[in-house]
Amino acid sequence: MLVNRRTLLKASLALLPVVVGAACGRAVVSPSETAATSVGEPSSLTVYSGRNENLVGPLLEQFGKDTGIAIQVKYGGTAEIAATILEEGANSPADVFYAQDAGALGALLAENRLSALPDAILNAVEPRFRSPQGQWVGTSGRARVVVYNTEDVKPADLPASILDFVAPEWKGRIGWAPTNGSFQAFITAMRVKLGEDQTRAWLNGIKANEPKVYPKNTPTVQAAVDGEIAVGFVNHYYLFRIRAEQGNVPAENYFPPNGDLGSLINVAGAGVIAGSQNQAAAEQFVAFLLSQQAQEYFATETYEYPLAHGVAAHPDLPELATIQTPDIDLSDLADLRGTLQLLQEVELI
Amino acid sequence: MATSPKSAISIALDKTILGGRRTHWSAGPPLPLVAASFVVAIGILLPLVYLILRAAGAGDELWRLLLRTRTAVILFNSVALASAVTLSTIVLAVPLAWLVVRSDLPLRRLWTGLLIVPLAVPSYVGGFVLIGALGPRGMLQSVLEPLGVDRLPAIYGFPGAWLALTLFTYPYVFLVVRAALQGMDYTLEEASRSLGHNNWSTFRRVTLPQLRPAIAAGGLLVALYTLSDFGAVSLLQFDSFTRVIYVHYQGSFDRHLAAGLALVLVFMTLMILVLEHWSRGRARYHSGNNPGLRPLRRMPLGKWRVPAILLCGSVALFALVMPAATVGYWLVRSVSHTASFTALPGLAWNSLWVSAAAGFAAVVLALPIAYLTVRFPRRLIKPFEYVIYLGYGLPGIVIALSLVFFGANVAPIIYQTFFILIAAYLIRFLPQAYGNVRTSLLQVDPSLEEASRNLGRSWHATLRAVTLPLARGGATAGGILVFVTTLKELPITLLLGPIGFKTLATEVWTATAEGFFAEAAPTIFVLLAISMLPTLLFAGKEP
Repeated sequence: MLVNRRTLLKASLALLPVVVGAACGRAVVSPSETAATSVGEPSSLTVYSGRNENLVGPLLEQFGKDTGIAIQVKYGGTAEIAATILEEGANSPADVFYAQDAGALGALLAENRLSALPDAILNAVEPRFRSPQGQWVGTSGRARVVVYNTEDVKPADLPASILDFVAPEWKGRIGWAPTNGSFQAFITAMRVKLGEDQTRAWLNGIKANEPKVYPKNTPTVQAAVDGEIAVGFVNHYYLFRIRAEQGNVPAENYFPPNGDLGSLINVAGAGVIAGSQNQAAAEQFVAFLLSQQAQEYFATETYEYPLAHGVAAHPDLPELATIQTPDIDLSDLADLRGTLQLLQEVELI
Repeated sequence: MATSPKSAISIALDKTILGGRRTHWSAGPPLPLVAASFVVAIGILLPLVYLILRAAGAGDELWRLLLRTRTAVILFNSVALASAVTLSTIVLAVPLAWLVVRSDLPLRRLWTGLLIVPLAVPSYVGGFVLIGALGPRGMLQSVLEPLGVDRLPAIYGFPGAWLALTLFTYPYVFLVVRAALQGMDYTLEEASRSLGHNNWSTFRRVTLPQLRPAIAAGGLLVALYTLSDFGAVSLLQFDSFTRVIYVHYQGSFDRHLAAGLALVLVFMTLMILVLEHWSRGRARYHSGNNPGLRPLRRMPLGKWRVPAILLCGSVALFALVMPAATVGYWLVRSVSHTASFTALPGLAWNSLWVSAAAGFAAVVLALPIAYLTVRFPRRLIKPFEYVIYLGYGLPGIVIALSLVFFGANVAPIIYQTFFILIAAYLIRFLPQAYGNVRTSLLQVDPSLEEASRNLGRSWHATLRAVTLPLARGGATAGGILVFVTTLKELPITLLLGPIGFKTLATEVWTATAEGFFAEAAPTIFVLLAISMLPTLLFAGKEP
């Protein structure tokens, strides 16, 4: 019998707090802590979500049920939603922007469309996963990995660093998505850590290896699964999702060890829109995304890294603390622009 | 002295196609129609205003971007792709349309319905389908694997983008040409045959010249669609101009640079329009005969019967069976059993009514404009012809954002309501209705209207009693095109629809965007099935 995915997710969501119980320690945010300003009366909330409804829909519905807040959600691509909020300007119906990546939150920040979040929310995550000025907070994370086809590549053949894929043996065997936001964040990190010249050299080196160019992560991972490419530079969780649908496929994730750039962490995050009429409910929602319940949901249902202190990642994943991130502001558009200019210069976009 | 068959047919042609007689109306164009057209034109110009506003904020970086050599390369790519796809869709669609209208091909109505469906395949699904079926390690390869085929040559780049867009846009030409064939005076063809010309010669010398405006109108729709497509070119890794515009929205969240680039696309659209106008010539496409008066004698295919069926069958195989099989395979290979059917009726209803409303409104708005441009091709009216196509050459995201801007800031009352949603569909898809209605109106003899006026009918009574009934074929075809393309539309629906409004297309996108292909499969099947509805309901009426 076919069962609705949403129903399954909802059921697991309801069970989560029971299963995990109070075993986990401190520091996840409880919604009541932060929503001090909400006084009794039922409020409403409009969330613009750049995150996919298939991934976060059940969670958002759960928030509405738990709090009695009438939540309305507009779903779309993160970049398109960010542009929409900017075009709407002061008349935006949105109270919260829930974004797939920090760069989009940065775009709103640059035009002063986000308001400051309370410290209780910001402090739930490590400083590297939130806005330095305090206007957005990361709610779940994803690692950059190398997905490889197990029939084509032996684990021993994989180089210690992502920088080594410029070697000639990888010619014609690499897939990547230079127009993808996560990829660009990874290039930004590389620029910060290694400088412009070395990053340019690496990009040109990979380019000389004639990589296949995909529009984003999903088709890249699918291509690795199909054996169209040997390795792909992607985010870690797509393989889990493809496994969930297609069963045991001949592909694995490789996390380049020792804090290599290849396994940078990117975040999905949320911010409250400046001038929101439902500020209290909006903050309550962001706090909810960092609650035990939501963080467990990310760990088990979307195969992402929970970012709030004290919630464990999926057992198949290396611990978050072992993946080092260069010290960059993930939402800094100036950095992003530099990356785009570099990518344009080497004619990748 | 008896005239030779050749000169007789030339005279007949001279009279209809080459005749330079112009209609002279004592009064000018009816003012209400001009006023209505002005309102529509202003709506269509909104995105252009928005683009100019935004591009003005781009600064020097825009020039740096526009002047690099890569801009010329991707411009050339876009033009080359648009030309190739337009050419191949015409070569494919004109014979198909002739077969279902003029020949004794068996099951003509079913073929018509089937051959329109590929239009409903969203290009982001079409891209996945082509890779899944014909990719280096796709379904075809797995069939050939026992024969030792380890991988197929890559379809990425120009060949893949060309194939995908040809397969999923030829119905534009097919529908327009089909309507034109139905409205055409076929007694000329009979005259040609009775004068000794064979089928081929009749088709080449009589039918084809009369199809010129229809082919041009269909080709224009294909060319502009190709120019503005993002889904297929990005998945099939072809570097087109629209893809670069999306990169600026998605990569840098830079609306200013994206707007500057989109203005280049507007310029290209204008160039293509000039080309299309030039290709039209100054011919007249109506005769004094009403084709409805005598029954059509269908051409017996004879020994061509089997090849004709094979042609229809192979187009349906690639453009319809292949996508359906690929989507079916997603469902079969799935281990997660998460496909959902409970939401489908609601989604189908949303898609159905909103697309039907857009299709109907598009025809209603296209009629006055087409009437003016066909009957009063004067200096005041002519710019309408260009304006109406402007929205169609732009990527959907540009139309959506421009109406977000004007809606939220100028007309918040209608923002995120069905009103603005359908207005946006119209701004983008009106040309599909217009092109068809115009082609049909060209076939209506103005002397019939003059007779009606001379008998004392007002212009609007004449329009109702004479013109509209004769233009019905084009209006139906136009309505169907707008219906089917609205069915699969994505960025406008996502951004401008009322909050929480979902359609089959948004659901397919939601699923495929994160790789849940099996979940998308039933929705895609319903989408394809619904796309056949209007054809089966309205377009079955034979001439």
